[in-house]
Amino acid sequence: MKVASTGPAPLRNSIRRRRARDRVIESLLLLAGLVAVFTTVAIVWILVGEALPFFDHVPLEAFLTDTMWTPLFAEPRYGILPLVAGTLVTTLVALALAIPAGTIIATYLSEFASHRLRELVKPALEMLGAVPTVVYGYFALVMVTPFLQKLIPGLPGFNMLSAGLVIGIMIVPYVASVSEDAMRAVPNYMREGSYAMGATRLQTATRVVVPGALSGIAAAYILGISRAVGETMVVAVAAGLQPNLTWNPTESAATITAFIVQVSLGDLPHDSIGYQSIFAAGLVLLVVTLAFNVAGFVLTRRFREAY
Amino acid sequence: MQTSIEAVATAPVKARTSRLHFWYGGLHALKGVDMAIRDRQVTALIGPSGCGKSTFLRCFNRMHDLTPLTRYEGSIHLYPDDIDLVSKEVDPIEVRMRIGMVFQKPNPFPKSIFENVAYGLRVRGMRSKALIEAEVERALRDAALWDEVKDRLQSSGLSLSGGQQQRLCIARALATNPEMLLFDEPTSALDPIATARIEELITALRERVTVLIVTHNMQQAARVSDYTAFMFLGELIEFDATSKLFTNPGSKATEDYITGRYG
Amino acid sequence: MSVMRAGVERRKLLDKLFVVLGLLVLIAALAVLLTLFLDLVRLGAPRFNWDFVTSYASRKPEQAGILAAWVGTTLIMVVTACVAMPVGVAAAIYLEEYAPKNWVTAVIEINVTNLAGVPSIIYGLLALGLFVYKFSLGQSILAAGLTLALLILPIVIVATREALRAVPLPIREAAYALGATRWEVTAHHVLPYSMGGVLTGMIIGLSRAIGETAPIITIGALSFIAFLPESLMDPFTAMPIQMFNWVSRPDPGFRINAAAAGAILLGMTFLMNGIAIWLRYRFRKRINW
Repeated sequence: MKVASTGPAPLRNSIRRRRARDRVIESLLLLAGLVAVFTTVAIVWILVGEALPFFDHVPLEAFLTDTMWTPLFAEPRYGILPLVAGTLVTTLVALALAIPAGTIIATYLSEFASHRLRELVKPALEMLGAVPTVVYGYFALVMVTPFLQKLIPGLPGFNMLSAGLVIGIMIVPYVASVSEDAMRAVPNYMREGSYAMGATRLQTATRVVVPGALSGIAAAYILGISRAVGETMVVAVAAGLQPNLTWNPTESAATITAFIVQVSLGDLPHDSIGYQSIFAAGLVLLVVTLAFNVAGFVLTRRFREAY
Repeated sequence: MQTSIEAVATAPVKARTSRLHFWYGGLHALKGVDMAIRDRQVTALIGPSGCGKSTFLRCFNRMHDLTPLTRYEGSIHLYPDDIDLVSKEVDPIEVRMRIGMVFQKPNPFPKSIFENVAYGLRVRGMRSKALIEAEVERALRDAALWDEVKDRLQSSGLSLSGGQQQRLCIARALATNPEMLLFDEPTSALDPIATARIEELITALRERVTVLIVTHNMQQAARVSDYTAFMFLGELIEFDATSKLFTNPGSKATEDYITGRYG
Repeated sequence: MSVMRAGVERRKLLDKLFVVLGLLVLIAALAVLLTLFLDLVRLGAPRFNWDFVTSYASRKPEQAGILAAWVGTTLIMVVTACVAMPVGVAAAIYLEEYAPKNWVTAVIEINVTNLAGVPSIIYGLLALGLFVYKFSLGQSILAAGLTLALLILPIVIVATREALRAVPLPIREAAYALGATRWEVTAHHVLPYSMGGVLTGMIIGLSRAIGETAPIITIGALSFIAFLPESLMDPFTAMPIQMFNWVSRPDPGFRINAAAAGAILLGMTFLMNGIAIWLRYRFRKRINW
C-alpha cells in the first residue's frame, strides 16, 4: 500500500531536490535583504558623485562660511550658512513645542492613564503622525499664520514660526511614543519602591521613572530633531523659499530642504552648477541627520539593554 | 554509574545509541549515553528536571539542528538499514521523515483537522486526493480520534479540546508511517481522563511503531512502558525492563528517585 | 504634624494638576487633528463635486480638478506596492527565518534601521540621480513608484518581521518534525499565519507613500498635466503635488482647491490607517495561540 517513494533512495532524491530549491530561494531572499544595503550605497554614491563637481567649483571653506546662498544669480555665492540657519531656527521652534508636549503626554500615558485610555489614545496619536506633510504645510500657511498674525502684528505671510510650530505638532506623536516606550521599560519594582515611601505619581514619575528612562527619552528627542531637520513640505509651503541668514523666527527663510524643492521645481540642465548644488545641500543634510540617527540609535540600544 | 541491560531481549534492537554526547554551546548536556531501544516496544525515559531526557529524545529526530551552537558526538544507529542518525552526512529531513514527534503542549496547525493530518503527506509529495483521504482516515482511526471528528474534518484543529488536539497531533505524526515515534511529556498539559486515553493509545501503538516516551510522571512510565531508562545529570544511570526497574532497581540513585526521595 | 500634612496636601495637589495638564495637552494634540480635518472639509466644500474629480488642472480655479492627480497617485501606488511588498516581505523573511548571526546580517539590519530615518527628500535626490538619469527612466511613474517603494521598504520590513515573529515556536517545531524544509515551514505555515500582520504593514506603508511629496517632487512631477498617463514611462502628477502646487499660488480660489484636495488626501490617509489598525486588532484576536 505504501508508495515506493518513501523507500530510502527515492526519498533521498526528493529531499535533495527540495534542498536545492531551498538554496535558490534563500539566495533570492538574501538579495532582497541586500536591497537595503544597495539603497544606502546608492544614496551615498549619487550624492557624493553629483556633489563632487560642485566642490571642484566651490571651495569647501567658502561653502561652509559664506553668508549668502545665491547659486542662481549672475554672481553666485555658495555659502550654506543661511540654509543651515533656516533649518536650525525652524527646528528649534519645533523642539520648543514638541519636547515639552511630547514628554508630558508620554509621562501622562505611562504613569497616570488607565490601560483603556492608553489603548484609545495611541492609535489617535499615530494618526496625528500620519498626516501628509503637505497637508501640514497648508495648515501652517492658511490657518496658523493668520492666527499668529493676530498675536504678532507685522508677521509676514511666510515665516519660520508657523512652520516650526506645525513641525513641532507633527513630531509630538513620535517623541511621545518613543519616550513612553522608554518609560514603560522601567521595571515596576522601582515604582513600587517609590510608592511604598508615600510618593505621589508625579514624584515617582519625575524622580524615578524619568531618570530611569533617560537614555530612551534622550533618544526620542534626538530622533525628533532628526525628523524636524529633514522635514521638507511644511517649510516649503509656509516658511518661504528665499535664503535669509537670521535667527529671528518671525522672518521668512529657506531651509536646506526647501531650497532643494525650489530648485527641483525649476528646469535646471543636468550638468549645471545649480543642479549640483542641490546634491551638495543634500549631502550636508544627510550627514547631519545621520549623525543624529546614530546618536539616537546608540541611546535606544542603551535603554533597551539596561533592563 | 552502572548501566544494566537485562536480556528480556526477545525483541530486536530498533535504535542503538553509542557513546552519545551532546553540547548546548559550552554546556555538556549528555555524557556518553549507551542505550538500546527495542523494536516495537515502549521505552520510557524518566529522571528529575534537567537530567537530559528531553535533550536525549530530541537527538533522535535532529530537532537540535534548529538551535545554533549545538553539537553531537557519538552515534545513534537506526536499524534495519544501519544509518547513523546524528551523522553530518545524514540529512535531518530524512531522519524526521522516518521518526515522528509529539510535543508536550498540543500544537496543531491553525488549519482544518484534515489539513493537519494531511500535511506530512503533502510534504512527501503525495498528490492523489483519494490516497490522501484514505491515509488521513487511517491515521485518525489509529489515533482513536476518527469517530469524534469524521463529521467535521474541515473545522479548525484549534476547535478541539486539549486531549483531542493531542490525539490530532498523534494522528498527524502517524500519517507518514514513521518507524519510531517520540513523545515528549505528551500528557503533562492534559486532564486525567485525556491522559488515560492517550496512555491507552500509546500502548496500542506499540504494535506498529517503536515508541520512546519522556515522562515526568513515574506512574505513567510504569503503566505504559516495557523498558525504562533512568537518567540523571546527563548520564544514563539505569536501563531495564520496567517491571524490574520499579520493583527491584539495581542502583541506589534510581531507588531514591522512584521512592520520591528527590524530585 | 501639620507641617507634614501641608506637605502631603501640596504634593497631592501637584499630582492632580499634572493630570489636568496631561489631559489638556493630549486633548490639544488631538484637537489639532480634528480641526485640521474639519477645516479642510469646510474650506474645500465648494469643490466637493463630481467635476472636481473628473477635470484636469486649469488656469481657472473653479475649473481645475484632480483627475490627473488621483489617477497618477493610483498608478504610482500600484508600482510602489508591486515592488515594496515582495522585496520587503522577502527581506523580512530572510532576516527573521534564515539569517545567521554574522556581520552580513548585522549590516543589513543596520541599513534597514538607518534608512528609516533618512529624510524623504534625500530619497528624492537618489531618484533624480539614479532612476531619472542613470537608469534613464525619465520623469516617469515608474521612477516615482520605485522611489516610494524604497522609502517605505523599512516600514514593510519591520512590520513583517514582527508579524513573523508572532508565530509561536511550537508551530514551527511541529512542521519541522514532519520533515519540512525551512522554506516549506515558512511558506506553508509561518507566512500564511502572519498574513494579517504583513498586510497591516503594507497598508501602513502605502498610507505613508500616498502623502509623500518630497521624494517625487525632485523627480520633476509636473503639476499642469492635461492628459492621463498611458504607460508607466509617462510623465505624471500626484495628489500631494497638485495640492502643493495649488497652495503655492496666491489666487485665493486655488486655496479652495488645495483644501479640497487636502481633505480628500487626508481622508484617504485616515481610511487606510483605520483599516490597518482594525486589521491589526482583528488579527490579534483571530488566531488564538
